[in-house]
Amino acid sequence: MTTDLKILKSNLTEAFGSKVVSLQERLGELTMVIKAADMLSVFTRLRDDADLRFEELIDLCGIDYSTYGSETCEDGRYLADQPYQGPRFATIYHLLSITHNIRLRVRVFVEDDAMPMMDSVIGVWPVANWYEREAFDLYGTIFKGHPDLRRLLTDYGFVGNPFRKDFPLSGTVEMRYDADQRRVIYEPVSVEPREITPRTMREAQYGRN
Amino acid sequence: MAEIKNYTLNFGPQHPAAHGVLRLVLELDGEVVERADPHIGLLHRGTEKLAEHKTFLQAMPYMDRLDYVSPMCNEHAYVMAVEKLAGIEVPIRAQYIRVMYDEITRILNHLLWLGAVGIDLGAMTMFFYAFRDREDLVDAYEAVAGARLHAAYYRPGGVYRDLPEVMPHYKESKIHNAVDVKRMNENRQGSLLDFIEDFTVRFPKHIDEFETLLTDNRIWKQRTVGIGVVTPERAMALGFTGPMLRGSGIAWDLRKKQPYEVYDKMDFDIPVGVEGDCYDRYLVRVEEMRQSLRIIRQCIDWLRKNPGPVMADDMKYAPPKREAMKQNMEELIHHFKFFTEGMHVPAGEVYSAVEHPKGEFGIYLASDGANKPYRMKIRAPGFAHLSSLDEMTRGHMIADVVAIIGTQDIVFGEVDR
Repeated sequence: MTTDLKILKSNLTEAFGSKVVSLQERLGELTMVIKAADMLSVFTRLRDDADLRFEELIDLCGIDYSTYGSETCEDGRYLADQPYQGPRFATIYHLLSITHNIRLRVRVFVEDDAMPMMDSVIGVWPVANWYEREAFDLYGTIFKGHPDLRRLLTDYGFVGNPFRKDFPLSGTVEMRYDADQRRVIYEPVSVEPREITPRTMREAQYGRN
Repeated sequence: MAEIKNYTLNFGPQHPAAHGVLRLVLELDGEVVERADPHIGLLHRGTEKLAEHKTFLQAMPYMDRLDYVSPMCNEHAYVMAVEKLAGIEVPIRAQYIRVMYDEITRILNHLLWLGAVGIDLGAMTMFFYAFRDREDLVDAYEAVAGARLHAAYYRPGGVYRDLPEVMPHYKESKIHNAVDVKRMNENRQGSLLDFIEDFTVRFPKHIDEFETLLTDNRIWKQRTVGIGVVTPERAMALGFTGPMLRGSGIAWDLRKKQPYEVYDKMDFDIPVGVEGDCYDRYLVRVEEMRQSLRIIRQCIDWLRKNPGPVMADDMKYAPPKREAMKQNMEELIHHFKFFTEGMHVPAGEVYSAVEHPKGEFGIYLASDGANKPYRMKIRAPGFAHLSSLDEMTRGHMIADVVAIIGTQDIVFGEVDR
């Protein structure tokens, strides 16, 4: 497996050269970071090149790095003494090559934090359809060229992007049946945010002799 | 001639053939489907978001609630992700136990699938047959984890406890008299391994019975042969994995191709379909049950001969022994810190996948070094399969939609997460 990864590494550098922002091997997995502007050409080549042949898009997910590395206090607020620097949103693609039996992770950072937008890979892998709808729903990333970018998992008429780190775990609205109006109504959430176990960081080798 | 109008039909969200809460908007031309638009998310609980606010150990039982038909396989992907990130060595006996329970889970899943799809397509009896055998398997779950469904048995570093030496017995009650109870306890006299072995002896004959009922059945074939055909190239483009991909003729199985735990030491075959239709996917799953039995038997043999620890010996990632915890301050502190603050997993990201009964079940786990995951993404096989429903059902009849949803093996716990 490690020799396979070495070969893949050299193939990727050869194929994409300067388009590769970084290429890192860790825990037996290879992660490539590319720019959003190059993504469609890179992904098409990843699928079609005989040395790469990533036929399957296994997974596509958004990620919000805005609180990376920060702890929380008892009410669940993040302690912002060391704010995260760098682009906030990224989309992570997990690819699988059935021909070569190898996996690759590709990370594409979105340049604009306020209006995250990137190209849709639906033309490369049709399975991206729902994955991109999901990422749009949960993180608000807009995929250019997606034919049917609707919300997927959240309720009809839902407001907000629930997996962003600034969206509260308890949500913003709650739903109940109102006997007087004889229908289901939405109200502002009544649950107080709380965190039973705060998020903590420890130095490496903490507690080891 | 009467004028025929296209119309839109709302199928679900509470429909017995929707396998849970699927709302399907079908655009029909007469009885032929022109477009299918599945609306999912009615069972969305935000598992991934919840996990970001729970410690690594507290997030584990949520896995059971994803695909609630095969809980232990879900746990497996998650604990493997944590172990890979933290570099935990799992004892060999725990690996064998996991493989054995993964295969028990596979049979458990395929049995429920066979019963449910049988009922969808008019074979009522299958449901009763399948549930008779599932009973023994959930008993095996209960004996080892205390719960019949949401086991929470796999832990980062091994499994919660070793296999028990005795099986619990039935007791006399208003419903069961002494004669009944004696008969019901016959195969429960020995250890758990004896009980499972007894199952592996009985079960092949039961699979033959299922096949007698269905495989050459004219009605069954009319409902499944040539329905929902997917070519191998298309199956890859649509992100198919597991029996759906193998049904289309691609011999891809993570247990063979990217072996985890002790699957490389197991002797078993991978069934592969030819046509890529519903009937082939049925045949693949039935044969997988037989192959699972082979793996279970090999695990039983090994587990009988090789006692040993089932949990890693590292108090940062595994709880200390209970007797030691009651007597030593050091262990008591470790126990307290482990269950309150939780383990700190080194920063990094990892993707771990298992061959789940439904396909490739993967967990992408990103940690920033805290006691909680920074981001967890669940790659559910059913999600990719269901997203292709529109393409698979186009041009088929409404009744075929039921057969296609059935053989996709959809469970909404994992699709909606």
